[in-house]
Amino acid sequence: MRYLYYPGCSLEGTAVEYDVSTQAVMTALGVELQEIEDWTCCGASAAESVSDLLSRALPARNLALAEQMNPGGDIVIPCSACYLNLRRVEVQIREDEALLGKLNAALGEEGLSYHGGTRSRHLLDVLAKDIGAKGIQDRARRSLEGLRVAPYYGCQCLRPYGGYDDPQQPSSMEPLIEATGAEVHPWTMGAKCCGAGLMTTKKEVAVELTGAILRAARGADCILTVCPMCQMNLDSYQGVASKAQGDDLTISVLYLPQFLGLALGLSGRDLGMGSNMALTPALRTRLDV
Amino acid sequence: MSQASPAPKKEREKSPLWDAIREHIRTCMQCGTCTGSCGSSAAMDFTPRQLWRMVQLDLQDEIFTSRTFSLCSSCYYCTLRCPRGLPLTETIHTLKRLAAARGFTGKEKGTRFYRSFLKTARRYGRIREMELMTRYFLAMKDPILPFGFTPLGVKLLRKGKISPQIPRLSGPGKLDAIFRKVEELEAGS
Repeated sequence: MRYLYYPGCSLEGTAVEYDVSTQAVMTALGVELQEIEDWTCCGASAAESVSDLLSRALPARNLALAEQMNPGGDIVIPCSACYLNLRRVEVQIREDEALLGKLNAALGEEGLSYHGGTRSRHLLDVLAKDIGAKGIQDRARRSLEGLRVAPYYGCQCLRPYGGYDDPQQPSSMEPLIEATGAEVHPWTMGAKCCGAGLMTTKKEVAVELTGAILRAARGADCILTVCPMCQMNLDSYQGVASKAQGDDLTISVLYLPQFLGLALGLSGRDLGMGSNMALTPALRTRLDV
Repeated sequence: MSQASPAPKKEREKSPLWDAIREHIRTCMQCGTCTGSCGSSAAMDFTPRQLWRMVQLDLQDEIFTSRTFSLCSSCYYCTLRCPRGLPLTETIHTLKRLAAARGFTGKEKGTRFYRSFLKTARRYGRIREMELMTRYFLAMKDPILPFGFTPLGVKLLRKGKISPQIPRLSGPGKLDAIFRKVEELEAGS
């Protein structure tokens, strides 16, 4: 199996362990990831609030580069905001030819053009549908039995696009978790918003949302995420959220590929575990990372 | 007969963006599913349902001075669940763009953060988080603001996830050509 790979800006900075673990797990599964050459920012949620056309042109630049490298190929995207932005352009140009014309006028400034020949997919979609529980089981080298795991999906990998899972009651992570021998923590917070970018501009609101998720995860050994923004809000603001709620909300938070990688026999070092902001000493000892 | 008539009511501002917003919300039946689905609604001065009614009633001043739409985290829950299938989250983004264009939220944190973000993207092609925050702090001109982020910054520095960078404020940018063309196309439309 071979995919194009769009890491996105966070995976070069605050989410470096998401990049390291995604690449390590894909290699261990025999999947080849081909990084889109000269990729640039997708605009995140900022572009859309400033310029409509820019919010389509920034992702389109990356789609054009991807199409050039492998026409018709699937692009794997670990960041949910990047996924939403790239996917939206693919969907919208099918219905809006004028938009495609404008995008190509902008891309033409760099000698690029786009024709709709890409398929953007979230990393979770690829892990759940193309690899699947069987793909993990077949290559598992270590059982994670005895661990209880809370799958946290967040928003933009499911809504408004997605299609590979239920957008309100997602479950695509569950078979993957069970394939490692671990148990799924039953909860209803998997698709609730963590506050996303409000953590920077309206902190008190985001801290409350994050606190509710952390509280509901109590009883689990760790939370798994599939988005750098969710991860940052859940792992780096535990102290603030605990203070706001007057309660200790400390819990380990890992990226999904980090967890799957452990089952595949990869080491903590292979999976970038040294970069995690919230990994309790108890879980570190238990996982030997 | 010569009695002065009362001052005419302030003319509502007309714009294609505002018309598009009203068109999107025209069939809203005020069921409140959006408010029930919104994680931030408790912190809003007007709930999402009230906001959409205000759009229908053309209450522009009240809408643009409220904090409702700046509290949207783009979770798309309301859009997913709206029984009328209205593009609510996208309409919030249009409201943010219109508010910024009209100068309503020039001092608003969200707007300044978005602009700082795009300046960083334009210059380097990719976001460098440390520089983004430096630009944001400079734009906010609030000497206290950075201290709120210091504990996180220290943790991230210690993990080697960010590195100190001095923003380059002049010179050519990686995405200048596309940004310029987009501005030109938007000005023409």
